Amino acid sequence: MPSRTGSHRPAGIGKSLSERGLLLLIVLVLLEGSVLPLGAASSPDISHKEDLDKHKVPEENYTKKAFPVLDLDYHHVHTPFEVSLWVLLASLMKLGFHLIPRLSGIVPESCLLITVGLLVGGLIKLAGEKVPPVLDSKLFFLCLLPPIILDAGYFLPIRPFMENLGTILMFAVVGTLWNAFFVGGLLYAVCQIQPANPSILHNIELLPCLLFGSIVSAVDPVAVLAVFEEIHINELLHILVFGESLLNDAVTVVLYHLFEEYSGAGTVSVLDCVLGVISFLVVSIGGVLVGAFYGILTAFTSRFTSHTRVIEPLFVFVYSYMAYLSAEMFHLSGIMALIACGAVMRPYVEANISHKSHTTIKYFLKMWSSVSETLIFIFLGVATVDGPHAWDWTFVTVTVILCLVSRVIGVIGLTYVINKFRIVKLTTKDQFIVAYGGLRGAIAFSLGFLLDENLFPMRKMFLTAIITVIFFTVFVQGMTIKPLVELLAVKKKQEAKRTINEEIHTQFLDHLLTGIEDICGHYGHHHWKDKLNRFNKKYVKKCLIAGERSREPQLIAFYHKMEFKQAIELVESGGGIKLPSAVPSTVSMQNIQPKKPPTAKPAERVLPQLPKGREEEIRKILRSNLQRTRMRLRSYNRHTLVADPFEDGFGDLLMKKQKMIELEKKIHDMNNYLTVPAAPPDSPTMCRARLASDPQAYSMKPTSDSVPTIHVDLASPQSPDSVNVMDEFKRASKKRDEEDQGLMMRPSTGLRHAGEADGGKEQQKLTRCLSDPGPSADEEEDEPFLP
Amino acid sequence: MGASQTRTVHKYQDLADKTGFSLEQIKNLYQRFQHLSGNEETISRDNLESIPALANNPIRKQIIAAFFDKRNQHQDEVGSCNEIGFEQFLMVMSHFRPPNAKTTEEEKEAMRKEKLRFLFNMHDTNNDGTITLVEYRKVVEELLSNSGDIGQEAAKAIADAAMLEVASTNVPHMGPEDFYAGITFEHFEQILEGLEMESRMHIRFLDVNTATMRCGKSQS
Repeated sequence: MPSRTGSHRPAGIGKSLSERGLLLLIVLVLLEGSVLPLGAASSPDISHKEDLDKHKVPEENYTKKAFPVLDLDYHHVHTPFEVSLWVLLASLMKLGFHLIPRLSGIVPESCLLITVGLLVGGLIKLAGEKVPPVLDSKLFFLCLLPPIILDAGYFLPIRPFMENLGTILMFAVVGTLWNAFFVGGLLYAVCQIQPANPSILHNIELLPCLLFGSIVSAVDPVAVLAVFEEIHINELLHILVFGESLLNDAVTVVLYHLFEEYSGAGTVSVLDCVLGVISFLVVSIGGVLVGAFYGILTAFTSRFTSHTRVIEPLFVFVYSYMAYLSAEMFHLSGIMALIACGAVMRPYVEANISHKSHTTIKYFLKMWSSVSETLIFIFLGVATVDGPHAWDWTFVTVTVILCLVSRVIGVIGLTYVINKFRIVKLTTKDQFIVAYGGLRGAIAFSLGFLLDENLFPMRKMFLTAIITVIFFTVFVQGMTIKPLVELLAVKKKQEAKRTINEEIHTQFLDHLLTGIEDICGHYGHHHWKDKLNRFNKKYVKKCLIAGERSREPQLIAFYHKMEFKQAIELVESGGGIKLPSAVPSTVSMQNIQPKKPPTAKPAERVLPQLPKGREEEIRKILRSNLQRTRMRLRSYNRHTLVADPFEDGFGDLLMKKQKMIELEKKIHDMNNYLTVPAAPPDSPTMCRARLASDPQAYSMKPTSDSVPTIHVDLASPQSPDSVNVMDEFKRASKKRDEEDQGLMMRPSTGLRHAGEADGGKEQQKLTRCLSDPGPSADEEEDEPFLP
Repeated sequence: MGASQTRTVHKYQDLADKTGFSLEQIKNLYQRFQHLSGNEETISRDNLESIPALANNPIRKQIIAAFFDKRNQHQDEVGSCNEIGFEQFLMVMSHFRPPNAKTTEEEKEAMRKEKLRFLFNMHDTNNDGTITLVEYRKVVEELLSNSGDIGQEAAKAIADAAMLEVASTNVPHMGPEDFYAGITFEHFEQILEGLEMESRMHIRFLDVNTATMRCGKSQS
């Protein structure tokens, strides 16, 4: 018998991990499901008991109760407790889906989450408790929606968005209007037929139908984001559908309020229509202006945060939220306000804040939007189980069919018109994806939920129909879009990072095309873009960006970013000798330097190859020094994340930079040894990026290709000895005439290297970025502002 | 009168076939040409340099030089001229035509090559078929020329890094003694593949004459 169990065990263990995970999940779900109703149920008991105790005490105040060592007071914490439970449930579900290997590939997350919501709602109902009104419109619009929209707006790729703005607006405005009227009108017509059997449908009037049409026809950004994120289609299609879902909010708001207002009256006059159009303009442009105002305010505030780096992300979040709330206060489009706020503030804020704040903002936004999205879908499921339903076959099926049909017709018709104005035409495949990707989501449901029961007796039926449409689009379209994309071989997103050559030529092209337009004499959009850029550079950047970065040209900013990223990659790869790059190559700076004729100057020589043994020695020493440095963390208090002297001693650095420039000019003839790509000395970007927990672990980069000396002062514990570097620099320059450009090791002042190309470059990069774990590799927010 | 009219139309038809512009567009461009040249037959560099809007452009010297570069005339000549006529003006402008709905894939490919060739000629000033490091540095310096000192220091570094990138992507394995002389046209095409030149490098040529629509001021 022991042998039998023994033989079973190895096979069991292999499967048991995933099974255990599943089991754990199911247990947790059941637990959540049971605690929530328990929570609701137990509170009255406890409060009752408290009342009893209160009554007892005045009468028998000499009877001492036993001191309560352990007491249960759920009522005290029940709201935050329940909120936390929901959030925990959402996050654990997300975790769980990715543990189950094949499921996440087939079924999009949104479907799974709705299913979980259904389950939880079902459990709660089975337990006999009242389902909490989770998808309360206030909760949804004020708490759950803003993080998602802010995340989308902050990381919106500006260039493709602006290039396709006309198309996006056409789809958003005209497309939504068409959908609303088509669905609403035809529904009314359908409801009016069948005169033989008078049914409840006959009572529905035109205006409620139109209202219903406008609610159900808006493409939902949450659903689109959730589904499109997983299918990785090319940028153009993504921005088209996504941009449409964001911008149609203004149309939806106006239509909704218009029809809601006049549903009571029963008729809409021409004046009302005109007012509606004006209202649309006010809502959309007003929303954008409010957002832009708050965006500029944020950018301006971030200019002064150099001493309080810790709360920088807070400004971004709070101002954006205020923008949303302000817009909602005036019934303007809150979504457009948030998008405008995020898009406007981003280039300036990113120029001002520290690298760590940038990472914080990125991760917090992603975290919040992810949790929000998960919660929304789960709540949709729960609300479905709960919600009062009034199922009517005709109404619901006609709605679903009409939604699909109107979407298809709308997209085809609009594309026909749009293609006349576009250079890059939209193909049939593109049109299909745009039409198929028009998903409805929780916004429609919340808007329906907001309807007043008295004014709209058909509210329950509307809600049922909305839920059906949502389920249909999310489940059917969401699940099938991925295989369809594969089947139709739609172009996928290109993962390649932007190279410096592309950046140079993009800028070059911009100027070239502007110049050609000027020669041709007409003011095309390049001309205006150029004007806007110059205005931005001259006035706006000076106001909103602190310090010297306001004058940093875009190309240089891009270059620094790239350098910085490479440096972090280097550190993360463990300080290997070769720069990790996509294409393993042995090309180094030496290969591209033009060889000077041998009779030029006596000082120039070909750099000798370091003998292998020496290299190893150097590497070992450096690595051990680095490790020692890493372990020596300085203590910090709660209010300064890293006492980074380089962010404080910035003025000094600038002075030194000036001195470096002068020195460089003096050593002008020594320009043969480009051992490192000669970046300017410690630009502000690099200073801000200095994340070493140990402030000494930095190196003053040589100004240009003339001085290959890199002072790597890892071991000395004094305060920033930039002055020493200056002296050594001077000393080095004097010595160079006599010495060989070889390795110089001087243990007394740390290590100094006049190293070979890669070695030199990596050392200085190594020392600069020691403690930062670094942003993840998918930095899509690389796009420069108004490129 | 009738004869001269048909002759003008005939002349424009020739140009239209050669450059691909429509007759309306050629008429507009001719008017612009007249305006720039002061109603003369040819324009010189001074005429172009005196356009006020170009003053802010950091690469205006290169743009103007491109107009006078014989390589852009597609007649296998090299060197530069001092004055150009309307036909040469049109030839240079034709590099910036957008592809239209009827352009086939091969035509698009040819267009792309042509545009890239134009860009390459702008960089390769000594016409040796490669863009050397010195030439590339000059390009980046000009791009950053509006940005003062910061621009100049960084220009070298950026140009070097860019060159290194081209070399590493195209010739991954070079020994320490090998020398990468310069970017050839093939390498140039390869590094700019992602940019889709045929849809990017274009301006809208007007079919309607806006000069007459603007009352009063007809200069840019």
